[in-house]
Amino acid sequence: MGVEQPKTLGSGFITTSLDKLVNWSRASSMWPLTFGLACCAIEMMATGAARFDLDRMGILFRASPRQADVIIIAGTVTKKMVPVIKTVYEQMPEPRYVIAMGACASSGGIFDTYSTVQGVDEFLPVDVYIPGCPPRPEGLLYGLMKLQDKIRAERNTFGAAIGVGDVIHNEV
Amino acid sequence: MSDQAIVEKLKAKFSTEIIDVVEFRGETTVTVKKEQIVDICTFMRDDCGYNFLCDLCGVDYLGQVPRFMVVYNLYNIPAKQRFRIKAPVEEGVKIDTVSTVWGTANWHERECWDLMGIEFNNHPDMRRILMPADWEGHPLRKDYPVQGPDREPYQGRLS
Repeated sequence: MGVEQPKTLGSGFITTSLDKLVNWSRASSMWPLTFGLACCAIEMMATGAARFDLDRMGILFRASPRQADVIIIAGTVTKKMVPVIKTVYEQMPEPRYVIAMGACASSGGIFDTYSTVQGVDEFLPVDVYIPGCPPRPEGLLYGLMKLQDKIRAERNTFGAAIGVGDVIHNEV
Repeated sequence: MSDQAIVEKLKAKFSTEIIDVVEFRGETTVTVKKEQIVDICTFMRDDCGYNFLCDLCGVDYLGQVPRFMVVYNLYNIPAKQRFRIKAPVEEGVKIDTVSTVWGTANWHERECWDLMGIEFNNHPDMRRILMPADWEGHPLRKDYPVQGPDREPYQGRLS
């Protein structure tokens, strides 16, 4: 978080910037939507369960898009599923992030067919792509940590939250 | 009732309708003309005991005439016996629905039309069942490109 304890104020005070405070809270409580489409969802469940334990990173699955910050597209996206995913994404409050988990969500994967969307980035702004078929839980954890890095690198998050300017997205 | 006896009954009642009878590894398949398919199916249900339609599907024999074949897989639940009926259908020609005989044929015929483009007369609810409602074309036809009509096939890695 980059907090400092100035000696002159004593141990009861810390100083930081408002952006860092907002970023710290967002990166420490990324709540993904409970949303799975195929076998990647099984790995996502395993990542959330006892052995890998997403809860220790403040990542709790939420069953409602209105309570979620992140949507993990875990699996093959068919063209028939596109309007459903769009609706769910639009129901999420901003700021919202998208993780394309696995080969299918990133590029269509092995499904080079008429019914499959060739990558979820055709209709959603993807923040993190995770390769693998399916990615192991370590891969998903790494992707989530990359997203945390991206959130921490944002600037003017406090300003944007109170309606002054837009968020500046920096390269990680 | 053995398969042989059922074939004999069918031949006695629909002698002009039967095109071919094949018996392979204990499975009997009767190919019939499509005009009286509803009567034949009603006869199979009421007089031969085939009270369950396991599956109704289409086959695309691209390049042959007639192009399509509608396959009815029947099951006699009390006797645990199976039977198969096939009816050839030309492209652009309709076959009568059997959803009046077995209610389950309703969705099977919708799927058959959705994916194969075989049309059914008098169907109560002919809408797409698997593909999106605004889809154009019938993707399980042999001449339908596997990546869809709007995209080039994958050419392999560029590097």
